[in-house]
Amino acid sequence: MSEDRDGRTPTPPDGGRARRPSYGQVRRDRIDALATAGTVDDEPGVSLIRSAWKRLRRNPIFLLGAAITLAFIVLAIISPWIAPWDVTARPLLDQVRPQTNPVPGPEPGHLLGGDDRGRDLFSRLLVGSRQTLIVGVFATLFGLAGGITLGTVAGAIGGWVDSLVMRIVDVMLSVPSLLLAFTIASLARSPSQWTLIVAIAVIQVPIFARLLRGSMLAQRGSDHVLAARSLGVRPRAIVFRHMLPNSLGPVIVQATLSLAVAIIDAAALSFLGLGNPDQRQPEWGQMLGLAQKYISEAPHLAFYPAGCIIVVALGFTLMGESLREALDPKTRR
Amino acid sequence: MTQAQATRHPRGASEPLLSVRDLRVTFQRQGDAAFKAVDGVSFDVRPGQTVGLVGESGCGKSVTSLAIMGLLPERGNTVEGKAVFDGEDLLTLSPSAMRDRRGAEIAMIFQDPLSSLNPVITIGRQVTEVMERHQGLSRKQATPKARDLLERVGIPDPKARLVNYPHQLSGGMRQRALIAMALACNPRLLIADEPTTALDVTIQAQILALLKELVVDTGTALVMITHDLGVVAGLCDEVNVLYGGKVVERGGRHGLFKRPRHPYTVGLLNSIPRLDAPLGEKLDPVPGSVADNLPWASACAFAPRCSQVVDACTSHTPEWEGDHVVGHRCFNPMGGTP
Repeated sequence: MSEDRDGRTPTPPDGGRARRPSYGQVRRDRIDALATAGTVDDEPGVSLIRSAWKRLRRNPIFLLGAAITLAFIVLAIISPWIAPWDVTARPLLDQVRPQTNPVPGPEPGHLLGGDDRGRDLFSRLLVGSRQTLIVGVFATLFGLAGGITLGTVAGAIGGWVDSLVMRIVDVMLSVPSLLLAFTIASLARSPSQWTLIVAIAVIQVPIFARLLRGSMLAQRGSDHVLAARSLGVRPRAIVFRHMLPNSLGPVIVQATLSLAVAIIDAAALSFLGLGNPDQRQPEWGQMLGLAQKYISEAPHLAFYPAGCIIVVALGFTLMGESLREALDPKTRR
Repeated sequence: MTQAQATRHPRGASEPLLSVRDLRVTFQRQGDAAFKAVDGVSFDVRPGQTVGLVGESGCGKSVTSLAIMGLLPERGNTVEGKAVFDGEDLLTLSPSAMRDRRGAEIAMIFQDPLSSLNPVITIGRQVTEVMERHQGLSRKQATPKARDLLERVGIPDPKARLVNYPHQLSGGMRQRALIAMALACNPRLLIADEPTTALDVTIQAQILALLKELVVDTGTALVMITHDLGVVAGLCDEVNVLYGGKVVERGGRHGLFKRPRHPYTVGLLNSIPRLDAPLGEKLDPVPGSVADNLPWASACAFAPRCSQVVDACTSHTPEWEGDHVVGHRCFNPMGGTP
């Protein structure tokens, strides 16, 4: 349909001088490369998923990523019951001295000490994982839903519909994603976690849409789709039974990677004050924002939530990357 | 089954089931010169008959079958001529009418059985899908039929295979499953596009025997597309040899092998290794390859590779000498002009 269908990077018109590809172009190319990876193409007799799992099981990087991810998810779910203190309680309030000691240090029963209002920092960190998980997961799910819808429409109908959808997607991809999320989040009258979720979901949509559309196009020309057509299977069944299930692999892998990005972006927006301002629901980005005030006296207030964000994002990234590698026929053995 | 038996006729004695007349397929990409992939092909297929389309890669045999099936891409090509199936010209049918015929009346078997099966759904589901589509059965009603069908195409333990995925089957089993899908609605015409190319020799023989048996049992007409003259010798009643998008020779199986007229047919026959030839004897392949832009317009396209070339070959287009049963397209046929 268009020049980018076969994934070629356009050569610079001036020939000699190498021109750096635009920001949008770089992102588009990366997504297109992903679309061709992870499509089903396997040695006979061995299921793609089984052979991938065999290799993943022995991959320390995957195991580390999966362990971090699993621990994070479990903690996020059970944190309100295992946190030693209520997140709104202020057990260290009597030690807070605005002039001399604004942030109480660690002491028995308070592993990481308290924050500027005398609340237990460790408990708030634990419970904070919950908001972070909710925002990351829902933003990715909504982004996935939107991306799959747009990608299916573009890849299945083709023609001018495909061109239209993909140009919109290209426009969205050419705007730096955090800037776009920032703009969308600031449209909300009162910030909440849903503002974050919507803003981050919107910036994920074009990534998933382009990825899915790419692998749908590859499926459209595949032998088994031709075989299904030769048996008179209706177009709708071809799209939903034959093309879509075979195209989802790279999209699911991308979703794991997107979770990490969603968590980081959520923390960034929250830090900038576009997240949930309600301190009864702690969130790592929000805690990071609150820590600014005491950054010289008590840098650990910022250090702990930031460290948590880094570790969790790393966990998802390690897991996603090793999944992608395991499912990519080009990197196999 | 009853319908299939009703159409069973003695070989060649009935009206053609499919009659392709002057089929032309031209590929045209914007800015490029038009490329004639199929250039005036005509042939007939009668019920119960097996017709071979033979030629090397690029001679237009697969494009012919896709054009008859209406499976060519929507854009970038023009199809002219007629393909009359049971009184209707398939090339003028609407896409939805054509979809109703495909799978029910005409079915196709493809070359690579692994890539032609959907990897994420079970064999049983893929067979029942066709019956649900064309016979209005529920999945529950279609499942026992699918099991019988798998048994008929020689798949052992068909009940267990119904819930298997394509990657769990061997190559031969996959091709059998594809044949089962194609036969699910008892089509009257089956087009097999190199059905044995991707298989081991022993499996090839089994699949060919199966096809032969099914054709005899059900009276299905079969169009066999192949580059393998061994397949033709074992299976086809009538053979059409294609070169550069035109039929260059046609004949019954026995006549064609005993007395080939066109030098290209001779070349194809000579390039088959023979077990009874003395050791050390070199094969005699057809030199060169199918040229990209074919000069049928003013010469014989085979002339550059031909051992029998005469002056007329490079200045005039050879006309078809013969009828719808036997004939050739050559100025200087082997064995002289009669």
